[in-house]
Amino acid sequence: MTVVNTGRRYDDATHARLAADAAQVLSRYPDPRSALLPLLHLVQSEDGFVSPSGIAFCAETLDLSTAQVSAVATFYTQYKRRPNGEYTVGVCTNTLCGIMGGDAIWEDLTERLGIGNDETTADGKITLERIECNAACDYAPVMMINWEFFDNQTPESAADVVGRLIAGEPVAPTRGPDRVGTFKEVSRVLAGFNDGHANEGVAAGAPTLRGLELARAHGWTAPAYPDGDSDSDSGAAPLDAGDTTPGVGEPQSSTDRPAAGAQERSGEQEKTEHGSEKES
Amino acid sequence: MSPTPTLTPVLSERWDADRSWTLSSYEAHGGYRGLRKALSMDAGDLVTTVKDSGLRGRGGAGFPTGLKWSFLPAPDGGPRYLVVNADESEPGTCKDIPLMMADPQVLVEGVAITSYAIGCHHAFIYLRGEVVHVYRRLLQAVEEAYAQGYLGKDILGSGYDLDVTVHAGAGAYICGEETALLDSLEGRRGQPRLKPPFPAVAGLYARPTVVNNVESIASVPGIVLGGSDWFREMGTDKSPGHGIFSLSGHVARPGQYEAPFGITMRELLEMAGGVREGHELKFWTPGGSSTPIFTAEHLDVPLTYDDVSAAGSMLGTRALQVFDETVSVVKAVSRWIQFYKHESCGKCTPCREGTFWLAQVLGRLEAGQGDPGDIELLLDLCDNILGKAFCALGDGATSPVTSAVQYFREEFEAGMHSAADELFPPERSSLFAYTPRRTSGRLAGVHA
Repeated sequence: MTVVNTGRRYDDATHARLAADAAQVLSRYPDPRSALLPLLHLVQSEDGFVSPSGIAFCAETLDLSTAQVSAVATFYTQYKRRPNGEYTVGVCTNTLCGIMGGDAIWEDLTERLGIGNDETTADGKITLERIECNAACDYAPVMMINWEFFDNQTPESAADVVGRLIAGEPVAPTRGPDRVGTFKEVSRVLAGFNDGHANEGVAAGAPTLRGLELARAHGWTAPAYPDGDSDSDSGAAPLDAGDTTPGVGEPQSSTDRPAAGAQERSGEQEKTEHGSEKES
Repeated sequence: MSPTPTLTPVLSERWDADRSWTLSSYEAHGGYRGLRKALSMDAGDLVTTVKDSGLRGRGGAGFPTGLKWSFLPAPDGGPRYLVVNADESEPGTCKDIPLMMADPQVLVEGVAITSYAIGCHHAFIYLRGEVVHVYRRLLQAVEEAYAQGYLGKDILGSGYDLDVTVHAGAGAYICGEETALLDSLEGRRGQPRLKPPFPAVAGLYARPTVVNNVESIASVPGIVLGGSDWFREMGTDKSPGHGIFSLSGHVARPGQYEAPFGITMRELLEMAGGVREGHELKFWTPGGSSTPIFTAEHLDVPLTYDDVSAAGSMLGTRALQVFDETVSVVKAVSRWIQFYKHESCGKCTPCREGTFWLAQVLGRLEAGQGDPGDIELLLDLCDNILGKAFCALGDGATSPVTSAVQYFREEFEAGMHSAADELFPPERSSLFAYTPRRTSGRLAGVHA
């Protein structure tokens, strides 16, 4: 099918670069359309929002209409319809964080910056958002900057971090990389491109470890594994690895080895079934 | 219940290790022994082992995991999929994200074992998009596992092949609903599908699919290694095993406490240093905002799926949010309903319209401008949502409303003349001292 491109187009060099990235994204999925969410993150990494060119690019890449792409892009809150600030500052104002102080942090930031929810400062630095629960309730009140964790915030600590961002200084999250990336940089990671910062930052903050520390202090443990090898510090060598690794080509039980991957995947019948289910 | 409550760190055991997120650390602590053992077993026996362990889905519903696996139809030569639900977004729920941050390899090992057990050769981990560092750690964990031969072609010489894709969402609570998640993973709006057919029959790309929660899958390596009897040494007969209990809110030491099922909130609260000093418990959620709230009278309910259900709520995700006497229950519920209204996908009328109406009524009660009959209106609205919505999001939205009216009706009555912020000054609830700037009931900067 030929897709009519109604949007603007990237220049040739940009288009070629993004097309190479897109090919990598598509290779991760048996069905090309599954690449749409990462591709939308990818075009945000280029333009700082889901631009008309970005929508056209996704549509062309996946053989969809721009309307189909827009319908998906507008469903998810992380996709921005207007140019986003360099840093999204999200204050959790869901019930628990809000009550623990998130409301106060929000009030303070919105007043300081002179902008409301989903608005961006005139210099394009900060987009302010009231965010929903970000799965860090034991660190309440929580603030996210470009989706990195700033735990146990106060109005002062939040204002300090935001002030440093505006001044162009690097800021480090409580649990995350050494430095918060820009909205575009982080969008590229969300498209599935590892930026090599995984080894930075802590494994866990204090609340994450509280139960474990209490257990260690009291000598509480889970029951030992039956074979007696409960001492997990005994080293890497799996004791029975030699015995249990089956020989190559040995029958592997019930798996009839349905092939994974796009080539063998579907068949028109399946697509039809799925399509009709969708319409219902 | 056991006379002395204890914790049973299994999943959390490695969280304090040096660079715990790396493969070398995971291997040094016994990682991937479960996979080696699994690959020597018959896939059907693995399913039986997990069935016998009694492991129940850790994502909230508590459906037996092994049973879910066994619902897959017989192989027909086409692909079948494992999709891990890592879209942790239920208010109060904060267990999977720290697990994947500190120990992503245990999830990858669980994915490999489960995929082998169900005959899957391409598995997906659907992570919510708002946790970039967790995504980095998962991407790296999968890369390291490929490099070491735990994923990819001919895993550990077994002849078994598996690819794993880690996929980031883009901000939508509804994608935690398994069929909405599948639509989202297919590159569509994340809206739930009509069931049946269930994902086991027609899931991802209309192929047989198992969708399991992060903690469920992360529990599998231990079960394979220890056996079902080992797992059943913890917990109760119908809710066996270990689970991560997440305490948050007005407790002295909020955090993650991995305990056997059947521990009580009283015991957990004591471990967490009790309610913050000088205050007392008012209400709490056993499993996130979609589970009916509990009060001090429920402190001794054993935290098992069945006991919590019998006491009128749901165990959910063991998201134990604690609120003390300074908190207005009307305000708390009103804020939760704002969330459901915001996150309703719009597909079905009871949820789309119902959450909108609930938010309006609760908003005026919170502002002290409620009308006579508003409580009845709230309950009527809930009655028109519960059981009539397309998926559990709508049902969940009614839980805090009906339970709060049940236990704190007088506060809703007060909402007809007094604002929540006047009755319960918000600065008394916060963890730091401040002077509120706004008048009650008006949320600065909110357009939604």
